[in-house]
Amino acid sequence: MLKSTRSKEFAIESLLLAVSAVTVVILILISLFLFGEGAALFKDIPFLDFLTGKNWYPTSEPPIFGLLPLLLGTLLVTAGAIIIAVPLGIASAVFISEIAPPKVAEILKPIIEILAGVPSVVYGFFGLVVLIPRLQQLLDLPTGQTALAGSIMLGIMALPTIISISEDAISAVPDFLKEGSLALGATRWQTIYRVTVPAALSGISAAVMLGMGRAIGETMTVMMVTGNAAVIPGFPGGIFAPVKTMTATIALEMGEVPQGSEHYHALFAIGAVLFIITLLINLIAEAVKRKYRFKVGS
Amino acid sequence: MFSPKTSERIAFAFLTLAIAIVVAFVFTIIFYITSNGIGAISTDFLTQGPKNRMTEGGIFPAIVGTVFLIIGSMAVALPLGILAAIYLNEYAEEGRIVWIIQMAINNLAGTPSVVFGLFGLAMFVKYMGFGASILAASLTLALVVLPVIIRASEEAMATVPPGLREASLALGVTRWQTVRKIVLPIALPGMVTGAILSVGRVAGETAPILLTGAAYFLPRLPTAISDQFMALPYHLFVLATSGTNIAATRPIQYGTALVLLLIVLGVNFVAVMIRRHYKKKMRW
Amino acid sequence: MVTDTFAEGIETEITVMELNLWYGAKQALKDISVDIPKNSITAFIGPSGCGKSTFLRCFNRMNDLIKSCRVEGDVLVGEDNIYESNVDVVELRKRVGMVFQKPNPFPMSIYENIAYGPRIHGEKNKEKLNSIVEETLKAAALWDEVSDQLDSPALDLSGGQQQRLCIARTLAVKPEIILLDEPCSALDPISTSKIEDLLMELKKDYTIVIVTHNMQQAARVSDYTAYFLLGELTEFGETRQIFEMPREKSTEDYITGRFG
Ligand SMILES: Nc1ncnc2c1ncn2[C@@H]1O[C@H](COP(=O)(O)OP(=O)(O)O)[C@@H](O)[C@H]1O
Ligand SMILES: [Mg+2]
Repeated sequence: MLKSTRSKEFAIESLLLAVSAVTVVILILISLFLFGEGAALFKDIPFLDFLTGKNWYPTSEPPIFGLLPLLLGTLLVTAGAIIIAVPLGIASAVFISEIAPPKVAEILKPIIEILAGVPSVVYGFFGLVVLIPRLQQLLDLPTGQTALAGSIMLGIMALPTIISISEDAISAVPDFLKEGSLALGATRWQTIYRVTVPAALSGISAAVMLGMGRAIGETMTVMMVTGNAAVIPGFPGGIFAPVKTMTATIALEMGEVPQGSEHYHALFAIGAVLFIITLLINLIAEAVKRKYRFKVGS
Repeated sequence: MFSPKTSERIAFAFLTLAIAIVVAFVFTIIFYITSNGIGAISTDFLTQGPKNRMTEGGIFPAIVGTVFLIIGSMAVALPLGILAAIYLNEYAEEGRIVWIIQMAINNLAGTPSVVFGLFGLAMFVKYMGFGASILAASLTLALVVLPVIIRASEEAMATVPPGLREASLALGVTRWQTVRKIVLPIALPGMVTGAILSVGRVAGETAPILLTGAAYFLPRLPTAISDQFMALPYHLFVLATSGTNIAATRPIQYGTALVLLLIVLGVNFVAVMIRRHYKKKMRW
Repeated sequence: MVTDTFAEGIETEITVMELNLWYGAKQALKDISVDIPKNSITAFIGPSGCGKSTFLRCFNRMNDLIKSCRVEGDVLVGEDNIYESNVDVVELRKRVGMVFQKPNPFPMSIYENIAYGPRIHGEKNKEKLNSIVEETLKAAALWDEVSDQLDSPALDLSGGQQQRLCIARTLAVKPEIILLDEPCSALDPISTSKIEDLLMELKKDYTIVIVTHNMQQAARVSDYTAYFLLGELTEFGETRQIFEMPREKSTEDYITGRFG
């Protein structure tokens, strides 16, 4: 009896640890499969040619697998999304945590959660039927399916991430800091931009990083609104032209490729690059957040 | 330039404008989908299959497929996620192993869903030989929502006052029994909320199932977990981008989008209500 | 350290021998040896942070829950050395119950709070459980106040009632020893005196160790008193002797309120 409860407890704890470790195993398996399937491409094509190749012609004869147009497509659309989402998101977070009366804040928060809940394919559909025709008309473009359309939709989709994490960071700023400033005769706004926002800056930066991660990894929406032309986008004109992102390429082309073909491996190679990028973003966001926790704690 | 009072007024006006724009986005999207989709929804639309090369008829098989995916992925992700959360919140002590697990969860949460799709394709469809199937897609979706469930469960358990655990342990109750009899019952509403939110996520995810078994059109309902399936989000994508007559089937598209939105937002609403209800009842 | 030699025939319930305890690198208890007599009330007093709670939590090994905590030395409960490696702490905690500073009833009914321990330890008989609930509530002097509302939530009770419920909950597991860590510090004077009366009653059947920062309480209820300072047991003896003729200057200073 004495021994048996103890060994039972030990068995349970070991089992729980094993289940938790499954998350690590999954992450390792993802890396193995992505890199394994992706690396097969480089038997035939030098890695650098893939990374810096300016053309993505997967079905030409011979096929050309250059990542650059897709990578730049992703970066362009993401940059646009961030330009839209960051000011809106941070301003909204400041409004909710510092200006809105608590009752109003309690109403606003679930409304913003709705944005996080809408499936990406619904965003894509909305962009396709509502945004694109209007963009085309308004800017007098040959097609509304542009990097800009992608940026607008991704900007909206990144908002809930940016707002909720920034808001957490801003609310975590201790009251005595704000009160100190107010007591010196500063207005609420001066307190917000001189004291509160700077104190929450690392949390806000983490929020922006994670919003960016969400935008880079988004697939269905961009695929439905950016026109999917794999060309290196010009600047700044490319904003108003179709682009193809890395995610859209994978989702669009995987259906048609024979397993084990170069093209198949090339799509995995794109996935691996995407995985590394989002991994880095997450690690940076985590490091930034840690720093901010430390600051508030001490 | 301006007096502090005036600049404050200007700044606050801009902040209010920002939140107004954000809220306007929400209502615009919901309004467009609802007002255009409501006309398409009927009993037939919900209970019949697509007809005439998907230019008419309903979305029943897609609803069924989505329900199968929800059941399949939850059956895997819920037990895994809850057990992992129990370990992390109730057993683990700060240390290298826990740090690694936490980092893994964070990174899984940040991994794009299309990458999960690729992994599901390579691992479940090809390597394990499940083929393009409900099984492969459910497993893939389970991985997508696993970090969501772990985080939500951990958060829920963290609200249980430490004093209650001590009280139970001091009565000579084992840790596992304390978890089962004290911690889990109290954390249950929060965990249910997390589970429901992840149901919404499963219902809406498209990229992972696109690569692991979602079908463009199937004449029959799936009968085994090794069958391919139709699903609401993929069905909407197909109708809107590569249907037979895209312009003419707009009403069906709006209708599908509305059903999907209703499922996802309905599920979120229920989750928020549960959270509200129990927050009020908490007394410590 | 100065200790009295007790009169012959007093049985010892807890024997502590050269106990040292560290939180990480910081030593919280230094070289403590003491015999705690059976069927009596022993009070631990001393300025806050001197290690009273830490010492108390050595008797049911609650300190095991703190990872940085390391213990050296021996503690015997009855005959058993509880820091030996083959000891089951779960069994130990059935023998050594604990009541905490802040009343912490489970968010269940009054009945369920008390039945919780016996049920988990295998009591399934409904009649038996009913009688345990009644007996322990009576023993905790709570029965008259709650007998007609056993199914209502424990959290609806007043603070003092909650604390007596926690005592009843501890009794329901049939311990030999009850540890109480400042059980009255969150309570009003009337509830406090109810609990003090209760403790005097309970010592017939149990060995009681109570941490208190309240000198009067220690003087009123305890038979023996241990005075701690900076992790050391400065003085231990019969309560009357400690309060009337302390042998150590620091004990006298503390008791007469000159510091702490
Ligand atoms: N969990 C812990 N980790 C580290 N140090 C602790 C911990 N608990 C108590 N201590 C330290 O041990 C000393 C004794 O604490 P405690 O036993 O709570 O004192 P008392 O109950 O007499 O007020 C204090 O200096 C306290 O800071
Ligand atoms: Mg204490």
